[in-house]
Amino acid sequence: MAKETKEKQLVVSVSPHVRDEESIAKIMWSVNFALFPALIASFYYFGPRAMIVTLLSIVSSIGFEYAYQKFVGKKTTINDGSAFLTGLLIGMNLPPQLPFYIPVMGSFVAVVLVKQLFGGLGYNIFNPALVGRAFLLVTWPKLMTTWKEPSAAFVGLDAKTTATPLGILKEEGISKLLEEFGTKNDLYISLLTGHRAGSLGETSAIFLIIGGLYLLYKRYITWHIPVSFVGSVAVIAWIFGGKGALFTGDPLIHLMSGGLMLGAFFMATDYVTCPSIRKGQIIFGIGCGALTMLIRLKGGFPEGVMFAILLMNCFAPLIDRGVKPKLFGEVKAVKK
Amino acid sequence: MDFNKLFQLIIAASLINNFVFTRFLGLCIFFGVSKKMETAVGMSITFTAVMVVSAALSWVVFQYIMVPLDITFLKIIVFIGIIAALVQSADTIMKKVSPSLYYKLGIYLALITTNCIILAVPLINAGESYTFIESMAFGLGSGLGFALALVIMASIREKLEVADIPAPFKGMPISFIVAGLIALAFTGFSGLITLYELRAISRWL
Repeated sequence: MAKETKEKQLVVSVSPHVRDEESIAKIMWSVNFALFPALIASFYYFGPRAMIVTLLSIVSSIGFEYAYQKFVGKKTTINDGSAFLTGLLIGMNLPPQLPFYIPVMGSFVAVVLVKQLFGGLGYNIFNPALVGRAFLLVTWPKLMTTWKEPSAAFVGLDAKTTATPLGILKEEGISKLLEEFGTKNDLYISLLTGHRAGSLGETSAIFLIIGGLYLLYKRYITWHIPVSFVGSVAVIAWIFGGKGALFTGDPLIHLMSGGLMLGAFFMATDYVTCPSIRKGQIIFGIGCGALTMLIRLKGGFPEGVMFAILLMNCFAPLIDRGVKPKLFGEVKAVKK
Repeated sequence: MDFNKLFQLIIAASLINNFVFTRFLGLCIFFGVSKKMETAVGMSITFTAVMVVSAALSWVVFQYIMVPLDITFLKIIVFIGIIAALVQSADTIMKKVSPSLYYKLGIYLALITTNCIILAVPLINAGESYTFIESMAFGLGSGLGFALALVIMASIREKLEVADIPAPFKGMPISFIVAGLIALAFTGFSGLITLYELRAISRWL
């Protein structure tokens, strides 16, 4: 410990010496804070069970991070909020009716396999929470796609299982969706407020947008990824989303359903796993949007946000290489 | 000619049933040359070219020699022979005709001879009795899929060079974990095109 403080005193950072209050911990806790409105909405819609699932994944994430860092003798970093955020995102990405060991397994994969083995925060190639969820989805496909209908949860005891709006849209088409929700406006309102089946934290688009705007206002994220992601989904849904003719799709349904808002504002924007250059971020966002719609419209899964972000995570280092600005005066080395 | 089927074959072979990420074939080259971007790109180009030519050549031999003579049961050994001969002659010709190209890509040729994807593609082509053009399209798709895998992997591994990976996991182990995680991401493509391809590959491997 003594050695470390001494090193800290001797190391001089490079200029510019910006004095700022921002730190990793502060940003992480702000992101956690920005997720809270949507989280509380999920408790309202899905009841105590949702609370337990979220709590379990948060506690186990922090627990695994602490245990791993103790085990290998690293400094513990559980106070910086990143393990909390990973756990929170895993919880919000799960269906509410799950056996309790599943969130714990997801946290283990996310924190130990995807984050710590790569060297901890800042080195991971993939978004830990998303890999955690993808792992759970391919391991327990039945459990992970059994959705519960939202009820005024604290009262209702027997939960009715149902399909998500995107699932209905894919299997049976828009008419069935309108049959379930009433008029088109009712459908939009349900999607916006979150009164629908889905992963527990992804349903209420409006609260996620509020959280996202807060992060934009605080400048913790920039507009590039969310706007290009959401925009490309809207454009593709409008052009190809309709049955038969082009340009007849309904972009609003695609924007507000599934995990798009959660993904675009909170997961694609992860500093570590997206390209660091602005131009690259726009390419990244468009790629996420295009892959999401490809999977939603043509793929085997009803929802593609998670896989789209993971796939673009694979491409992020490549995008960064591609858009790297040229050094002034740089010429290509001539080979003999 | 059915362009739709050709397109589907290329997409299916390169993305949906990417040999590296869904069947875990060709891993020796995949991990061997993905350490640096430069070698990965050189390997990708050579590999794709050899793949298309060997798919075409083995199709001709299979349809015009082995089927009439009724010796299709020998196809594994014959295909290995064809590929080895093809790669060796390409090596020799390149050395004489274009030494500069040989210096760039020649070193990869020896590695390709023993690659399992390059054997799997003619076998699948024969088993599914694809036409000549379809065989080449399938070869091209497989080659491009492998190239994609290699380039992604190289870019990630170059980034991992500076990462603070625990000592027991440095190098190969973390690369295997990365490959597994990319494979997980690639499951998102499953079910994208439901066609003969899925049946074909699961029957043959």
